[in-house]
Amino acid sequence: MMVTGTGGQGLITILQIISEAAMIEGYDIKTSELHGLSQRGGSVEVYIRFGKKVYSPLIPQGKADLIMGLEAQEALKGVYFANPKTTFLINENIIPIPLKKPLTKNEISNSLKKISKNVFMIPAKEICREKLGTEVVAGTYLLSWAVFKKIIPLEALSVLKALKKVIPPKHLELNIKTFELAKE
Amino acid sequence: MQELLDKNPGRKILLGNEAICRGALESGVQFVSTYPGTPASEIGNIFFDLTRERNGKGLYFEFSTNEKVAMEAGMGASFSGLKTLIAMKNFGLNVCIDSLLPFVYAGTKGPTVIIVADDPSCHSSAQSEENTRPIAFLAHIPILEPSDPQECKDFVKLGFKISEQFKIPIIIRTTTRVAHQKMPVVLDKMERSNEKIVGRFVKNPRQFITLPPRVLEMKKELLEKIVKIKSFSEKSSLNKIEKSSGPYKIGIITSGISYLYTKEALAEFNVSFPVLKLGFFYPLPELKIKKFIKGLKKVLIVEELEPFLEQEVERLAKESNCKLEVIGKKMITEIGEMRPEFVFSAVAKLSGEKYSQPKNTLQISIPKRLPQLCPGCPYWSVISAVKKAVNPEEVIFGGEIGCYMLFGNPPVNMQDYLFCMGSSMGIGHGIKKATGQKLIAFIGDSSFFHSGIPALINTVFNKSNPLIIILNNETTAMTGHQPHPVSVGSDTGIKIENIVRACGVKNAKTIDPTTNQEEMIETIKDFLSKDDVSVIIANHPCKFVAKK
Ligand SMILES: Cc1ncc(C[n+]2csc(CCOP(=O)(O)OP(=O)(O)O)c2C)c(N)n1
Ligand code: SF4
Repeated sequence: MMVTGTGGQGLITILQIISEAAMIEGYDIKTSELHGLSQRGGSVEVYIRFGKKVYSPLIPQGKADLIMGLEAQEALKGVYFANPKTTFLINENIIPIPLKKPLTKNEISNSLKKISKNVFMIPAKEICREKLGTEVVAGTYLLSWAVFKKIIPLEALSVLKALKKVIPPKHLELNIKTFELAKE
Repeated sequence: MQELLDKNPGRKILLGNEAICRGALESGVQFVSTYPGTPASEIGNIFFDLTRERNGKGLYFEFSTNEKVAMEAGMGASFSGLKTLIAMKNFGLNVCIDSLLPFVYAGTKGPTVIIVADDPSCHSSAQSEENTRPIAFLAHIPILEPSDPQECKDFVKLGFKISEQFKIPIIIRTTTRVAHQKMPVVLDKMERSNEKIVGRFVKNPRQFITLPPRVLEMKKELLEKIVKIKSFSEKSSLNKIEKSSGPYKIGIITSGISYLYTKEALAEFNVSFPVLKLGFFYPLPELKIKKFIKGLKKVLIVEELEPFLEQEVERLAKESNCKLEVIGKKMITEIGEMRPEFVFSAVAKLSGEKYSQPKNTLQISIPKRLPQLCPGCPYWSVISAVKKAVNPEEVIFGGEIGCYMLFGNPPVNMQDYLFCMGSSMGIGHGIKKATGQKLIAFIGDSSFFHSGIPALINTVFNKSNPLIIILNNETTAMTGHQPHPVSVGSDTGIKIENIVRACGVKNAKTIDPTTNQEEMIETIKDFLSKDDVSVIIANHPCKFVAKK
């Protein structure tokens, strides 16, 4: 699977949670992330692969099972890795780019639907703000949602264990709440 | 990070760079020096945190002022018998080649491993898509190339052993996709000493003085060492042949990250061409390669960037199989990083399988999101002052590597040239001498200490009058906020303005641009009209290191 977003959205935390959960379940794992310039608010992509045997940390073109977009426009970057069976799971959140007219939710979901039928646009940012009072956990929400909907083939319990391992104590309670919220 | 200190064996998910640190710790490393640079930066960050916690016990670490100094510090430690790790990104190696070559001649006392990280596709580099490999031919230094974090750890440990056995420094070359790859890594038991590290330098002019005629003898000794290491490489399991099950006449030679994509491609098409996976780039196990290619009709070289391996195989084929068709850059580009689909396509062609790269077309264009200076960055005040003080059309802006290279992006658009660290002043001096046009050269504080000072002195010595703005944000921001000689909390007592004045610069002023906009604007105007060089030190901490 691939996660796209912008610098500072916590993509690497998501990568860690999924890989720790996959390790608990005994899968082979390879991931790839980028550091450096991407952290200054530019586009970021990370790749997570788990299964019986994984060789490459990069997803070959057209071979992604799941593309998770923490920012809706950035989700389009996943198209290179998509095929008609790929699931797109997208936070409806749009972070505008200075001096550019942002794309709309509909433009994004309509064009993705031409590639795959499985496009889920989720107002994760709004849900988290309304129910938890903060939107920083939108990534955890999407991830948990995908686990409960069986889009990510990992047990909820393993993901919960991974959360406890990866998230620092002071943010843990909030993240567990987010996880529970996604169950509903 | 605590995971890296776990004394007990186990399995942990580690980043390539973390695995390198673990490998060094398991080997009992005693001295580590580095200058930050992505994709090698985490190595320094990890050792910085480790040694700060342990107050220097069992291990010495430093961020040096630049890579050449880091290399030389490591040389001194090795000559004093300590087990030494030196780490840098590819461009850093350019800065220290001058020290490296005689170091390889002299050889080590304490075993020494040098980590050099390349960045194919320039994910986090400007300047050039540099490939470190040919340094092996230039310096006769062994190079090992791991494919994944497990190998990062194992190769570091083996690197120390080879260095110890042959008394030679070893380079371990990683690339972004190796250094920033994660996987579960098997940790071995680790002993950590709590003693303060003390080495001893024993005088030995035969080893440490590289004057002729002795230096030519040293070269001879080095070449003899390389012959011995070559036979080690021939026997080493790092260079392994994975036999095919079928009667294939096609084989693959590969290394590093490309090996993983090769395995993936073979699994995808369910073909089992024999594979020679090279852990050594230098010295190559030539006999093993010759044996591998002997019965083949074709060999595919799956190699990222320039065809150095391909050329070597072509040379060896002349001796062992002159009909062999060597396929490399014909099928796989030499620009940009290797990708699994490139190998899919090459393997499909050779095995007669069907593969067409899937092409999804989007009706809308993906908006480009360029990185930007953070909101609240002190550099914004520098930019606004410059824009108010001058007409940007009439001034040339010299840029450099650091957060301030983002001055080149819209809406700022204040960057007319950009090359390497320390170059904005030197190039600016040349432009001034050649044209007399108005010019402002920007340089970061860490870059100023890294390689700016000689260029500044040159403007005084050879009399040119650029305006230099030193961006003193009290940290090495771009690479993750590493300390430097005047960073936040530093106790060196160094003041950049004192250095600038000591270099002979008369027009020098330190200004906080965030609180003194007017003074900043007036000084820029005033300094630009001077006949000799002038320097403004724009002093305000990066928001990530500012004391709250
Ligand atoms: C020779 C070399 N070493 C390391 C790097 C990696 N690098 C890029 S920017 C940078 C830091 C620049 O720090 P500074 O000059 O203080 O600017 P800031 O990022 O703080 O604005 C480094 C170390 C490089 N490009 N070249
Ligand atoms: S990291 Fe610091 S110096 Fe770099 S853009 Fe952000 S605030 Fe500015």
